[in-house]
Amino acid sequence: MNYVESFRIAVRALAANKARSLLTMLGVIIGVAAVILLVGIGTGVQDEVTGSLEGLGSNLLFVIPGEYDMSMEGGGAPPRYFSLDDADMLERRVEGASAVVPIMRVGSTMKAGNRDVRVSVAAANEQGTEVFTSDLAGGRHYRKSEVDAASRVVALGSDVATQLFPNQDPVGKQVTLNGQRFTVIGHYEPMGGGLSGNQDGQVYIPITTAQKIFGTTDIVSIVVKSADPDEVDAVRREIRRALSPTFGEEFTVFSQEQTLGILADLLGMLTYMLAGIAGISLLVGGIGIMNIMLVSVSERTREIGIRKAVGARTYDIMSQFVIEAVGLSILGGVMGIIVGWGGATLIEQLTPVPANVTLWAVAMSFFFAVFVGVFFGVYPAYKASQLDPIEALRYE
Amino acid sequence: MSAGQIDSREPVLEAHGVTKTYVLEGMEVNALRGVDVAIHKGEMVSIMGPSGSGKSTLMHIVGLLDRPTSGQVILNGEDVSRMSPNELAELRNRHIGFVFQAFNLLPRTSALANVELPLVYGGVGGEERTRRAREALERVGLGDRTGHTSAQLSGGQQQRVAIARALVNNPSIVLADEPTGNLDSKSGVEIMGTLQELHSQGITVILVTHDDRIARHANRIIRVFDGQVQADVDVADRILAASETAEVVAE
Repeated sequence: MNYVESFRIAVRALAANKARSLLTMLGVIIGVAAVILLVGIGTGVQDEVTGSLEGLGSNLLFVIPGEYDMSMEGGGAPPRYFSLDDADMLERRVEGASAVVPIMRVGSTMKAGNRDVRVSVAAANEQGTEVFTSDLAGGRHYRKSEVDAASRVVALGSDVATQLFPNQDPVGKQVTLNGQRFTVIGHYEPMGGGLSGNQDGQVYIPITTAQKIFGTTDIVSIVVKSADPDEVDAVRREIRRALSPTFGEEFTVFSQEQTLGILADLLGMLTYMLAGIAGISLLVGGIGIMNIMLVSVSERTREIGIRKAVGARTYDIMSQFVIEAVGLSILGGVMGIIVGWGGATLIEQLTPVPANVTLWAVAMSFFFAVFVGVFFGVYPAYKASQLDPIEALRYE
Repeated sequence: MSAGQIDSREPVLEAHGVTKTYVLEGMEVNALRGVDVAIHKGEMVSIMGPSGSGKSTLMHIVGLLDRPTSGQVILNGEDVSRMSPNELAELRNRHIGFVFQAFNLLPRTSALANVELPLVYGGVGGEERTRRAREALERVGLGDRTGHTSAQLSGGQQQRVAIARALVNNPSIVLADEPTGNLDSKSGVEIMGTLQELHSQGITVILVTHDDRIARHANRIIRVFDGQVQADVDVADRILAASETAEVVAE
């Protein structure tokens, strides 16, 4: 007997129990689809974040309080945040810097008339436009004089602008932020998601104003732009020299590449984690196959006895049942690819969540499914092949 | 009186000093205690005995479904008593055709596919397989039922499909285990008629039964009792199914 015969027998057996075959395959279908979909979303987010970070330019250094190493370990609150004085000091002492931008972030609610919207407040100085890419849709950024005077002026991200002022030009309008009245001086083109969440949901105010109305002087990071992209390392040394007397080792300077590397690692890890979790569901699908194959073997004990009586050898029975199990997993795998790929395409088109289907995820999940089919199919098939023909023929 | 009378014909299957010991729930059961039999080519032999006599065990060993604990089984001059299960499977495929009491056809499978089964495992493929299966079905009078599944056939027809399956690979022996046990008397007579007809065509038939009347359809009876051959006699008043059919019709 050859494998074509085993294959024919297996297909006939699967077709004879269509509903059962489909339900058994469902475990594999969901597993494969989940791997493809989750890895797709992970990769999509990773690509988008890396892309938006690359837009920042490669001559930026990020100074944050607290001591971190590259593995992102450590954590907890830093012993001391920066203040505006530290930023001023860096501006005076670091000669290679063309911009020094202290940054604060606060969540708050912004109101205009009877509308209100949850916003993320990003506060910086007038040099912020040097380090962050942004396209004004109307109006202007805040000026140095407004930073010095802690003026209540605000520039709106595109979502905030359209939600508070639908079909209107927000420039010159009054809004209330944290109970304080602000004048809108500008608004931005849509930018999409980014490192710090949805940039379109942010509003931008002078850092001095933020310190006053939110009652805090803690600055979470200072971005330093090197005048010469080749001198980034020299600038980094200058920053260290300037901050060491006050902060000792309790601060960290990241370059653009390091940030990118860490993020890529982190998101990559997350993607693998998602793939792993989805992989577990594939494993569960495999156990489902084994379960149904065991049921099938005991149901068909008499059939196995008949086949053995008329001359089926151990490996004839074995290959028949292994092919049946593998058939289930291959069919389930193919359907899973269709469902996963289709689902990723739908998500990409209908939601803002990016989902890039990667071929390695498709190939890996498919071959894992086939492997699972073989692995969990062998035991029931072995059991079937070892049945004693006399016992099997007597089986009721 | 003994089988020695037909020694002129060559033996198909011989058992020499065959014993079989099972361990059932810790107890040793001596199902066969030294059996010597010889089946000759073209014979129709009944193996008879009450349940527990060792009759079934002997049938399993003669049918190469089981191996003896000691002693020799010789098929066409070859000692098969120490062969592996896979080697025995290949021998069963080529040399033994089984007819069971419960028919044992594959469910939801056409008569033709059922008859093809031994050919599938014998490596016969394509058109030859279909042709031979069709011929075997025609031989048992079911040439017009090839596409029917067992659920669509009567008991007698199912048993005839089983006989076609037993014949399809031109075996040395057709081994029928209580072939009429699940049939009404009319179908039973028909099946016995088919087996006698095959015998008249030169096929070796071994009939295993507890029923004296069925046993007397053969021309020799081997009586098994308590794991031993009690008697091995030629049948003087052989029953011919053809005359029975006349009786049944007359009733």
